[in-house]
Amino acid sequence: MNKIAFPHMGDYYVPANYLLSHIFPKDIIIKAPKITNKTIEIGTKYSPDFVCTPFKYTLGTMIESLEEGANILVQMGGGCRYGYYAELQEEILKELNYKCKVINLVKEGVTSPKRINKLLKQIDKKYSKIKAIYYSFIAFKMVKYMDQIDDYIRKNIGFEIKKGSFESLKEEMLISFSYIKGYNDLKKTYKRYLKKFKNIKVRKPDNPIKIGIIGELYTIMEPFSNYYLEKALAQKGIEITRFTNVYYLLFQKAKKFKKYQKYSKNYFKYSMGADASDNIARCKYLCENKYDGIIHIKSSFCTPEIGAMPIINNLAAKYNIPVLFFSFDSATSETGVITRLEAFYDMLEMRRRK
Amino acid sequence: MKECYLGVDIGSISTKGVIIDEDNNIITSSYIWTEGNPTLAVRKLLNILKNKLPKEYILKGIGTTGSARKLIGLMLDANIVKNEITAHAIGTLTFHPDARTILEIGGQDSKIILLKNGIITNYAMNTLCAAGTGSFLSSQAKRLGIEVEEFGDYALKSKNPVKIAARCTVFAESDLVHKAGVGYPKEDIIAGLCKSIVLNYLNNVGKGKKIVKPIIFQGGVSKNKGVVKYFKEILKEDIIVDENGHLMGALGVAILAKKNKIGKTYSLEMKDLKFITKAFECHRCSNNCELLKIYKNDTLVDSWGSKCGKY
Repeated sequence: MNKIAFPHMGDYYVPANYLLSHIFPKDIIIKAPKITNKTIEIGTKYSPDFVCTPFKYTLGTMIESLEEGANILVQMGGGCRYGYYAELQEEILKELNYKCKVINLVKEGVTSPKRINKLLKQIDKKYSKIKAIYYSFIAFKMVKYMDQIDDYIRKNIGFEIKKGSFESLKEEMLISFSYIKGYNDLKKTYKRYLKKFKNIKVRKPDNPIKIGIIGELYTIMEPFSNYYLEKALAQKGIEITRFTNVYYLLFQKAKKFKKYQKYSKNYFKYSMGADASDNIARCKYLCENKYDGIIHIKSSFCTPEIGAMPIINNLAAKYNIPVLFFSFDSATSETGVITRLEAFYDMLEMRRRK
Repeated sequence: MKECYLGVDIGSISTKGVIIDEDNNIITSSYIWTEGNPTLAVRKLLNILKNKLPKEYILKGIGTTGSARKLIGLMLDANIVKNEITAHAIGTLTFHPDARTILEIGGQDSKIILLKNGIITNYAMNTLCAAGTGSFLSSQAKRLGIEVEEFGDYALKSKNPVKIAARCTVFAESDLVHKAGVGYPKEDIIAGLCKSIVLNYLNNVGKGKKIVKPIIFQGGVSKNKGVVKYFKEILKEDIIVDENGHLMGALGVAILAKKNKIGKTYSLEMKDLKFITKAFECHRCSNNCELLKIYKNDTLVDSWGSKCGKY
């Protein structure tokens, strides 16, 4: 029997788990344990030293799910070095004597229905295509709803009156999402929770301090890997805007590139790989829309973002908006992150007062 | 009775204490080594300050900053605990209201703070490693067999500083050993070391930051005349080194303590205070958080380090 697992990223295990368990109802889907220090320890131990941190995290979750008995691992590539990760991780796992199959849905940043069909057949020859299409549709909608709710939370969580109300409601929502029965049920559940979220009492000033977060996608989306940066900011009473989410990557990125290119044509001409050029355009957007500050986060050794950083620095200097750069590694000290964040907040507040 | 305020800056290498009066004048100050034990260092510091402080003053506020700010803040019941970047900027602005750039190289970290019209507009701090900071200088001084305080004088004697790889402390050290081995004079090596610290700082922390005068140089390393000389040479600007430069963090947080006073009266007496920390590792989940429990007079006042919030 197949035991399928996939690496963690943020809360997206809910739609992923939902999708896989409905396409392969006979197989077991293994939900990897939540990312902890142990995950990154294992990941770092078996990864090349200078590979970027997302590789270490995903390898860590893969090994943890193999320990739980998985024998098929589903992985997705990206538009940078990440595109080659699945193959490398497969080799590493082989050397460690794990018996498993790695299925890479997106290779070198591109994929096609044909390719996915072929790969899914490797898991189960008789899987139902119609079911797969239907449940993919639901899973993508779920991603969209989750991202919309997250955007709302990010704007308001810093001002909640009863601490923790957003977080606990979100957890409740994720549980309900994992048990929905079909598209209509999903839509109803989403609307119900949206209403509940809007009913959470907040005390928001007219013009709160606003920060935009840009940077490398995995580090942005997996809160453990950025030391819960958003949570720390929210506790200071800051409104947060973030552009990167899975919905954006799947459905909007390709369409938006031309628009971004035109919008910031003075700063880049060609795609710089992964989200680097998107981040330059977003930085310009944040500067023009009078945000108080920008935080750029990336994992160490993320090459596309390293290319974008000097441009972001110049751009922000031109508009006189402060940027805080963070480079997260498996060995970053949490105290250092907190000190820099505190100073950043103090600075923004001081700038506001004058 | 006159009111006064205490600022304590507990750094990785040294612990600084400043007591100011209502008009931000320094009444007394002290500078001692932390020696890896912040609580003991602060006890010593307060003892020194207590003896130095004239009797007519009463303490109305305490502020802490530096890497052990949270712990000492708890120990002293401080009314404000602030990060060192903000504290340094505020301290410096009281003495140099027109300052535009603060260069700071301390024991373990280095930072640059850009100011305009009396507010911080941008800052950066070294990431990942402590290359080019005070602790590197002091370890190299030991290797060369001279006191770190004499470093600057040696550097000034040199006419021909050797080139030392500035990127990384480990490479710098092997470069240094090599240069010493082939027979370069000590002062040239020391001058090269001072220069490499400046280059490392400007390439690392100061990268992409526009350095505008007046420039103020602070932190323990600012006492090193060699480093000051090369900063002047490379930036082609005048560098101001304040004689109280090492106290700016403590001073800044003392000013903040004054601004945020809560009407409580403090004492510098520490004899009766029992303050212990106990460390242990939690094994409830695979996060294995390192937890620290803090006991003040045998009651648990706080515990840190838990990811899930159980403690």
